[in-house]
Amino acid sequence: MLHLEPRTEPSRRWSVIAPPLAVALTMLAGGALFAALGKNPIEAIRIIFWDPLFSDQFAAYARPQILVKAGPLVLIALGLSLGFRAGVWNIGAEGQYIMGAIAGAAVGLAFYPAEHWAIFPLMILAGGLAGWAWAMIPALLKVRFNTNEILVSLMLVYVAEQLLASMALGALRNPEGGGFPGSRNLQQYPAASNPELIPGTGAHWGVVLALVAVVATHVLLSRHKTGFHIRVAGQSERAARFAGVVPARLVVFCLGVSGALAGLAGLFEVTGPAGQISIDFNVGYGFTAIIVAFLGRLHPIGILLAGLLMALTYIGGELAQLMLGLPAAAISAFQGMLLFFLLAVDVMTNFRIRIRKGRG
Amino acid sequence: MKLARTILAGVAVALGLAGAAAAEEKLKVGYIYVGPVGDFGWTHEHDIGRRQVEAELGDKVETSYVESVPEGADAERVLTQMALSGHKLIFATSFGYMDAVLNVAKKFPNVKFEHATGFKRAPNVSTYSARFYEGRAVIGHIAGRMTKTNKIGYIASFPIPEVIRGINSAYIHAKKANPDVEFKIVWVYTWFDPAKEADAAKALIEQGVDVIMQHTDSTAAMTVAEKAGIYAFGQASDMREFGPNAQLTAIIDNWGPYYVRRAKAVMDGTWKSTDTWEGIGDGMVVIAPYSDKVPAEVQAEADALKNAIADGSYHPFTGPLNKQDGTPWLAEGEVADDGTLAGMNFYVEGLEGAIPQ
Repeated sequence: MLHLEPRTEPSRRWSVIAPPLAVALTMLAGGALFAALGKNPIEAIRIIFWDPLFSDQFAAYARPQILVKAGPLVLIALGLSLGFRAGVWNIGAEGQYIMGAIAGAAVGLAFYPAEHWAIFPLMILAGGLAGWAWAMIPALLKVRFNTNEILVSLMLVYVAEQLLASMALGALRNPEGGGFPGSRNLQQYPAASNPELIPGTGAHWGVVLALVAVVATHVLLSRHKTGFHIRVAGQSERAARFAGVVPARLVVFCLGVSGALAGLAGLFEVTGPAGQISIDFNVGYGFTAIIVAFLGRLHPIGILLAGLLMALTYIGGELAQLMLGLPAAAISAFQGMLLFFLLAVDVMTNFRIRIRKGRG
Repeated sequence: MKLARTILAGVAVALGLAGAAAAEEKLKVGYIYVGPVGDFGWTHEHDIGRRQVEAELGDKVETSYVESVPEGADAERVLTQMALSGHKLIFATSFGYMDAVLNVAKKFPNVKFEHATGFKRAPNVSTYSARFYEGRAVIGHIAGRMTKTNKIGYIASFPIPEVIRGINSAYIHAKKANPDVEFKIVWVYTWFDPAKEADAAKALIEQGVDVIMQHTDSTAAMTVAEKAGIYAFGQASDMREFGPNAQLTAIIDNWGPYYVRRAKAVMDGTWKSTDTWEGIGDGMVVIAPYSDKVPAEVQAEADALKNAIADGSYHPFTGPLNKQDGTPWLAEGEVADDGTLAGMNFYVEGLEGAIPQ
């Protein structure tokens, strides 16, 4: 009988080889899937992983787009990883992302058409605050009434989506838009827009902040007392209490930081790549970021790499649809495989496989 | 700078491709879809149109598509990648792609773009849509005649003029057929979300509705109607397979002929930026065969209405009609102009509830 036996200590070797092994396994299984769909698997995998980065035809455009797509994923995932390490489960980053975008855009549009250097910083502040405030609802409910933050934060996503629709149709609707839903396009309002900082790189302020946040969370986790508390709380509640962790304070901190980062991601998205508040503004970054956080093993550098990898599979996946006629569902299945294999291989870090005879 | 670089890249690609493909000179036609091709509704019908282009123009064209692309930044990226990969004619088949199409079209002046249901055009951007409201008039009439509870359910997507126009047209003709009729409208804020659409259908049935119309893309409501033993109408596609007893008829969007025409226009260099809005008369809107649940008498009335709309002798928005608040809109015999219809943002008199703001 195959049987899993816990390791006394996580295997260092496995924790290093797990991610590349998972990617390799995904390529094999994904290749088999593509072959079963009648496509050349090697070509499909080349288009997904290689062409966006190195082909003459697409790389010049696709490379910066990977940053654009990875920026919000990394930013949100970093915030989530803090909570996930401490056992605080914010599943509602999508809602916080929406609220940040609404508040930020609203502040900007309130000044339209004035031009002043302070408008954009004010919008950033509003975006971060709104995300933070939206996350404070599950945080305070948990601290005060011991409600389940998973449910509350998730349900608030749907509330935020309704609010988004109402804003796109009502308060923030473009008065010159002929009655159609959607706000003014912020890309066309210089004081409130978040353009590419260096042409051809795709990097806007959100991407810059994502990189800064990688460093900041790394420092927080490895050097700061709060980071220590987060790590201890995730490992053992009892030990955490002895170490002087106040659980309520940790809940408020983790949800607050992840909410603020998600709000900022929303603000930079609505002022940059998306351009406007529309009914369908949110496309699931808040949920995909949960995958990114785990794919990056809740480690800041890991999350950065995982965000880039995830963005690559999105953009490469679109190319594969375009060039090979692969269905979108095959691409989603391929992304799912990646997470599946990573979690599966991850088991080997903490367990070893033993073959036992006789009774199982 | 970025613009210049992107254009250069586009030109380089075009040159490279021209070198390779000079002998055959295939026209690459791209489609970007908001839902999956298997929605058996809106996107499905556009994909049938795409395949018709392949079937009729054979090896002179090559088509490709990307499905389930969210409206917004992602659409802009997919459109750019299409243009970069040598597509010379690109169909964007959802209203929300509008700004993305215009942004990308600016960077690729040699690529022709076609935006479905939009209203912004450019020298290389055309818009096209069908007069779905003509079909709505026909199914509205049938719904009015078929309902026993006098309550008709309507699953609406987004409060944009196209959807509001459909509600008004269906209501006007249901009311004419049956003065006691009442409309229950649910807004789901999505084009394609089978779970939400099914929930909306169930909620409507709980309110006593026995005929359901939808302006969303999946077959979920049809399936719910079939199970509940009530009637429904196929949307965009013939959905009879999903509701053999429920479907009374369907409004079929027939895009194929338009797509073939536009691809030919690009090939012989006659493509121009246009605004196309065709209905039953031109064959862009097709009424599916009636179910045998529809009595012969009602079928005949529906056919008469359909034929009158097709030959132009009747317009679904003909006065006297008042707006919801009672203010007069169209006088006796007056016909709505296309401008008002294109921007319609009000209910006609008799409809209950407010358009979401």
